Amino acid sequence: MAKLKDMLVKRESWSDLIMGNYAVARAMIDTGTRVITTFPGSPTPEIAAALDSVDRDKRDYYFEYSTNEKVALEIAAGASLNGHLSTVFFKSVGLNVASDSLIQLALMELVGGMVIILGDDPGANSSQNEQDNRWFARMSYIPMLEPANPQEAYDMYREAVRLSKERRIPIFLRLTTHVCHAREVVKFNGIETGAPDWTPRFDAAAGPYVPIVSTVFPLKRKALAKLADFEELGNECKLNFVVAPNGSKPIDGKRLGVISSALVAMSVLENLEESKASVDLLKLGMTYPLPRKMITDFLADRDEVMVLEELDQVLENEIKVAAWDAGADCKILSRKDREDFMGELGPRRTMKILSDVWPSIFDAPAEIVPSKEISVRLPQMCPGCGHRSAFHAIRKALEDDVITVADIGCHSLGFMPPYNMGEVLFSMGHGVSTASGLSIGNDTRKVLTFIGDSTLIHAGLPGIVNAANHDHNITLVLMDNGTTAMTGHQPRFGSGEVGDKIPFVPLLEALGVKFIRETDTYQQATLTQHIRDANAHKGFALVIARHPCMLKFTRKQRKDMPDLKMPNVRVDQEKCERIYECVAEFGCPSFQKNEDGSVTVSEELCIGDGSCLQTCPVQALWRPKPGGDK
Amino acid sequence: MSSFNIYMCGVGGQGIGMLSEVLSRACLEAGHNIMGCDTHGLAQRGGIVVSHLRLGDGVRTPRVPDGSADLVIALERLEALRAADAMLAKSGTVIYYDTIYQPIHVRMGKTSYPEADALEETVKTRGGKVERVQLADIDDPRMQNVALLGRLASTGVIEGVSARVVEQALRDALPAKALAANLAVFEQAAEKTAP
Ligand SMILES: Cc1ncc(C[n+]2csc(CCOP(=O)(O)OP(=O)(O)O)c2C)c(N)n1
Ligand code: SF4
Ligand code: SF4
Repeated sequence: MAKLKDMLVKRESWSDLIMGNYAVARAMIDTGTRVITTFPGSPTPEIAAALDSVDRDKRDYYFEYSTNEKVALEIAAGASLNGHLSTVFFKSVGLNVASDSLIQLALMELVGGMVIILGDDPGANSSQNEQDNRWFARMSYIPMLEPANPQEAYDMYREAVRLSKERRIPIFLRLTTHVCHAREVVKFNGIETGAPDWTPRFDAAAGPYVPIVSTVFPLKRKALAKLADFEELGNECKLNFVVAPNGSKPIDGKRLGVISSALVAMSVLENLEESKASVDLLKLGMTYPLPRKMITDFLADRDEVMVLEELDQVLENEIKVAAWDAGADCKILSRKDREDFMGELGPRRTMKILSDVWPSIFDAPAEIVPSKEISVRLPQMCPGCGHRSAFHAIRKALEDDVITVADIGCHSLGFMPPYNMGEVLFSMGHGVSTASGLSIGNDTRKVLTFIGDSTLIHAGLPGIVNAANHDHNITLVLMDNGTTAMTGHQPRFGSGEVGDKIPFVPLLEALGVKFIRETDTYQQATLTQHIRDANAHKGFALVIARHPCMLKFTRKQRKDMPDLKMPNVRVDQEKCERIYECVAEFGCPSFQKNEDGSVTVSEELCIGDGSCLQTCPVQALWRPKPGGDK
Repeated sequence: MSSFNIYMCGVGGQGIGMLSEVLSRACLEAGHNIMGCDTHGLAQRGGIVVSHLRLGDGVRTPRVPDGSADLVIALERLEALRAADAMLAKSGTVIYYDTIYQPIHVRMGKTSYPEADALEETVKTRGGKVERVQLADIDDPRMQNVALLGRLASTGVIEGVSARVVEQALRDALPAKALAANLAVFEQAAEKTAP
């Protein structure tokens, strides 16, 4: 089978079964997008993986993982100022980080064109919230397109490029988790552009580009005018359309309609087709600015219209304003239950919502209540993960009344049993400063916090400079696994994969950190002692707890040395006193507790790293020497 | 709307991606219109992973709605039970590999791990069927997904998806050096069903 990396750069048109993220990557390539930047985060990391898989000599684009979303956005914007079509993409919450510069972009003439792809996550499948970034379009005056499936994601990226270049304005392409990860057969165009022209075409005269008192208002005036033009376009645009799957006929004398967008609109369409109800759907592909004329025309032809959107009440507010202004004589119906403002709205949920407003037409689906008897299964750190050794060792050094602050990364999982460490979490890199705040005026309860190595570079340094130089009385544990693990092992700055190695100790010393201890996390006794010392230190103390990400390590090992088999750890059943330290406290998933109370190690799971051996109080765990019997 | 919904599930690291890729390709080859989606997200091992595959012309959303899976394919017993409980449609089929990955709650003694009977019971209340797969001499647990494909292919529950079609999809997906061992597992699992 042809490899994705080759298909992505195939000059001719093609079609295949493919996920939304890959379809968008192809769209970037076939439209001649020249500069593409990102910071990893679900649901979009596969776009990056696809772009990064293409051989360098076959790339007509520059791609980079930037240090954070703001940096990534600024690089894409700078490239567009030079006349190069650019794209930046990141996860929903990434937009919070990028917003300081984002907010200026619509004021500027982005001559090369620029697309900003958002990976929103209704349902918070892999995010710390389900923020609705449609609000950001309104605040930043940036038009927004919202595809419903991989084919639309591909088509709308291309449309976004066309409009962005024509109007020199950034455009949002808002994807959601199950558009990014949906798979279907997508038809792709051929590659339409020739070799890149890297001439730097920046021209200050095309601006102004410096927003100061005298220019802010002219710039804003221009941005508002562009938005108004966009609205006109939306009224004509083929991305907004009406579907009447069962023909437009009144039901009990009433003409009914639904207005919806993106994947929710597809749930509604399934409901309409299933119920055979002659209710029409206005599906909006361009959701900001709203095509008011098209909408008020739709309302004028109907007696009742339901606005069925996912998450916040964004479209509905604007549609009601438009209806009021137009004096529309149509009843506009809303979601009724507060629960319907949360989570993804798949076809069962939209059917329920439709049945709430039109009970005589739609049947509420039977409720399904999952059995409470079935054991939960929480995500866990991998077998051999260095973070596990760290949590196990750190726990031993803590007083009962300690306050522990979590940060983002695989080590966030430390908040779950059996470690129960990390009791507050806001955002990437918040830990040091939130902990600092918790330490103020607090002479009684120690505050300890964590940060991952990738997060250190992303957003951690300002908090550390602050804590070190105000000498806030906290312990910070840097969980250094050499990679950006949780999002799929993207390179981490300073690991040597991008640029040179950055030695953390001199870096942090130079920033004012005076107390630093470091150890490999498998040295659990040493780590416990370091934490004790750090907690005893009055002021800011840093402990670096280092161990390579073992999932990344073992994958590489399997690739490089396919025949290497590390012997599993075994439990000496004679010695085992059923203390269960390994199973229930250390908690490597390889340990299985059997019906008869005995403990065994799963051969499928154990990677043979041996970090558990030291945890058994009666030394019942042992590991044969590689290649030998014992 | 006529559709056939397949819900696949297991534990991170068990190879559900390959299972869903091969099955999707086989369904396409058999002439179905398809839409699906996989769990992506956290890198770690040990969490629940699922993959959805929906066949039919009226399918417009990628996830199998709760209680609507005509077929559940599970790589692990507890996850088979969870899926049978919340996802399985009336008279649906569950094909599962009978292996055990204890979640931390079981290991900590807070919850218990289900017996195979609990699964049989749950499926029976839905009027469905269970196919339990377990091969004694499989060397590499990463081939359990292929065993499930073998069993699935021989049952013919998915219209047009014959053993030949699945085998071809498997040949296309696997690297040459892994093929022989996988095909052996595939065939062995298929034979075990013959009544
Ligand atoms: C602002 C923001 N951007 C991106 C993410 C996605 N994200 C979640 S975990 C993670 C990786 C953190 O890496 P690191 O700090 O090295 O911890 P590790 O997972 O390696 O333990 C990222 C980028 C996020 N949650 N917030
Ligand atoms: S991916 Fe790496 S860092 Fe994350 S839990 Fe697994 S081993 Fe640990
Ligand atoms: S050696 Fe095996 S059982 Fe021990 S920590 Fe590593 S993976 Fe777990």
